[in-house]
Amino acid sequence: MLRRTWITALGLMCAVAAVPMARAEAVAADAFVRTLSNEVIDAVKADKAIQGGDVSRIRSLVDAKVMPHVDFQRMTAMSVGPQWRSATPEQQKRMLEEFKTLMVNTYSGALTQVKNQTVQVKPLRNTSPDSDLVVRTEVRGQGEPIQLDYRLEKAGEGWKIYDVNVGGFWVVEAYKGQFAKDLSAGGLDALITRLSEKNKSTRN
Amino acid sequence: MMRRLFAALMIAALMLGLQGCSSIPWIKPALENTGPSTERSDPWERFNRRVFSFNEALDAVVIKPLALGYRAVVPEWLRTGVDNVFNNVGDLWSAVNLMLQAKPRAALEMGMRVATNTVFGIFGFVDVADELGLERRSVEDFGQTLGRWGLKSGPYLVLPLLGPSTLRDTAALTVDFKASPPNLAFREVRDQNGATALQLLNTRVKLLNASRVLDDIALDKYVLLRDAYLARRRSMIYDGEPPEDDEPAAPAAAASAPAK
Repeated sequence: MLRRTWITALGLMCAVAAVPMARAEAVAADAFVRTLSNEVIDAVKADKAIQGGDVSRIRSLVDAKVMPHVDFQRMTAMSVGPQWRSATPEQQKRMLEEFKTLMVNTYSGALTQVKNQTVQVKPLRNTSPDSDLVVRTEVRGQGEPIQLDYRLEKAGEGWKIYDVNVGGFWVVEAYKGQFAKDLSAGGLDALITRLSEKNKSTRN
Repeated sequence: MMRRLFAALMIAALMLGLQGCSSIPWIKPALENTGPSTERSDPWERFNRRVFSFNEALDAVVIKPLALGYRAVVPEWLRTGVDNVFNNVGDLWSAVNLMLQAKPRAALEMGMRVATNTVFGIFGFVDVADELGLERRSVEDFGQTLGRWGLKSGPYLVLPLLGPSTLRDTAALTVDFKASPPNLAFREVRDQNGATALQLLNTRVKLLNASRVLDDIALDKYVLLRDAYLARRRSMIYDGEPPEDDEPAAPAAAASAPAK
C-alpha cells in the first residue's frame, strides 16, 4: 500500500517536473522564431544593396540565415507526395536541389518588400509536449498586418521549420497544387525538368 | 441603404435555400469548396482559365503599364493619401459587415477608426488612427459576412477584370459594389467611373511587387492564384484561424481522395 503510494508520488513528481520542461521547450520555439525573424529583418534593413533591390544578395542572405533552419527535405517530400517514396536517390537529390532554389527565390521575392516592418510573435497556444507545433506571427508595418505562421519540428536542441503560412496560405499546400499536374503527366523527372527551367529563368 | 440591405438579405436567403437543396445531385458539389488544394474541385476550370488568360493579357497590355506610369508620375505621399481615402471609406463598409457578423467590439473599433480619420485625418487622407494605435485588423466585405454565417463558397470563379472570386463572393459583389468608395462618395456616374478607375490603379500599384513574386515562383500561375485566393479567403472569413481540416504530414492522395 505504501509502496504504491510512493510510486504514484514519484510518477506525479516526474509529471510535474516534465511540465516546466515542456513549457521551456514551448518558450524556446517562439523565441527561436522571434530571433530568426528579427535577424532576417535587421539584415535586410541594414544592407543598402538589398534595399536597392539587389536580388542576388537577398538570395545569399536567405541561403545563409534562413535555409539552415528549414527542413526542406520534409517540405519536398510533403509537396511531392506519394511519388517521393518511390523515387531513386538520384532523383531525390536533384529534386531537393531544385526545390531549395525555388524556396530561396520565393522567400527572397517576399523579402524585397520589407521596408520598415516589424514582426510580432503571438503567444503560443498549445503548450502540449508535442514535438511539432505552430508558431503564429504577424508582420506589421504597412496597413493591414499580414499573418505569417510556421510549423516547427524538434531538431536536436532546437527547431526546424517545415511549413510556412502567408496570409492563410500554407506553402506546402501551394507547392502540392503546383506540382500535381507535372507529376501526374510525366512523373518526378518531368517535374524536375520543369522546375529547373523555371529556376533558371528566374535567376536571369 | 435599406433597399440594398434588403437585396443583400434576399441573395443570402436564396443561396442558403439552394444549399438546402443539396439533395439535387448537381448542386451539392457546386456548393462545396473548402477543402485543401489537392482535393479542391474547380468545376468551371475551363471557363476560368479563359477568363484568366484574358485578364492576364489585359493586365500586360493596359493595366500594368498604366499602374507603372501612375507610380512613376505621382509622388508617394499623394499615392498613400489616395490609398488612405479609399481605405477609409472601405473601413466604413467593414464596420457594417462586422456588425452583420455579430462582432460588435470589432465593429465599434472600426467605426472609431473611420471617425478619427475622417475628422482628424482630412477625410481619411492621413491615417491618424493608425498612429494612435487603432489599427485596421481586417478588411471585411459582404462575401465574408455570408461565409461567416455558414454559406459555402461555391465553385471558384474568375471574373473579367476583377479576377479571382467564388460564386458566393460574386453574388455578394453586387452589394459590395453599392457600398464601394466611388459609389458612396459621388452621385454623378462620370465621377464614379473616374473614382473607380483611380481605385483600380491604386490597387494595381499595391500589387506590383506581389505579382512579380507570383510570376517568379509559379509553375502554373492560374493554379497558384486560385489556391492562394481560396486559402486566403477562408482565412479571412475565420479571421486568421481557420479550422484545421487535414494533417500536413498525410501524403497527398490527389485525385483518388474522396472530397471532404
